[in-house]
Amino acid sequence: MQNKYDNEMTLEIASKSNNEAFARVTVAAFVTSLDPTIEEIADIKTAVSEAVTNCVIHGYEGKEGIIKVNAKIIGKKVIIEISDTGKGIENIDIAKEPLYTTKADLERSGMGFTIMESFMDELKIESILGLGTKVTMVKNIKEN
Amino acid sequence: MDIDYCEKDKLLTFKITEEIDHHWSEKIRRQVDNEIERYVPKRVVFDFDKVTFMDSAGIGMLIGRYKVIKMLGGNLEMVNVKSNIRKVLEMSGIPKIIKIA
Repeated sequence: MQNKYDNEMTLEIASKSNNEAFARVTVAAFVTSLDPTIEEIADIKTAVSEAVTNCVIHGYEGKEGIIKVNAKIIGKKVIIEISDTGKGIENIDIAKEPLYTTKADLERSGMGFTIMESFMDELKIESILGLGTKVTMVKNIKEN
Repeated sequence: MDIDYCEKDKLLTFKITEEIDHHWSEKIRRQVDNEIERYVPKRVVFDFDKVTFMDSAGIGMLIGRYKVIKMLGGNLEMVNVKSNIRKVLEMSGIPKIIKIA
């Protein structure tokens, strides 16, 4: 049986702020085989950090939970899925608006989704209130 | 983080050595605010020479410090900012309010 993907990895981490760095560094290491530029790696690390931080702050609101990070490689394409089983997003369109935040008291900038959208080639957000949120991001690594 | 204060120019410099994400930004915020309240500087410089990563948590942290410093009559500047961090800063419009050397 042939695998659909050239490579795949899944990481399950506790919803803790000190795991944000672990998640972004792990995904960055995973995509190294595609020979990305320093800028492409920085874009991926930033987008992963935003998505995982959202799970910690919004999905689980600082409480316990598991964050799942899955990354797949097909050719020069990287597909990254980051999901939680937390509270979910009430209105995705509003949440995506630049500078919109429900956590201004924590000095959150409301730029998370805007950064994911502009640093990656594709962004899809799926969420069900009370069940959780899944963010799927795609980055096409250019031929050097 | 290394902190340096020069009385003559009322200049307070923070040499940040952490990656600025949600985890570290809260620690940086607490420490910076303590020093700002202690010295009430006229100029605050964030030296980003050792900062290799910053996400949107950094935007919130910087805008927050900008407000605190302004309120106390000072100015905030940033130096030695790497290109990947500049990209995040530019998305937020921070270069319009904070001088980046």
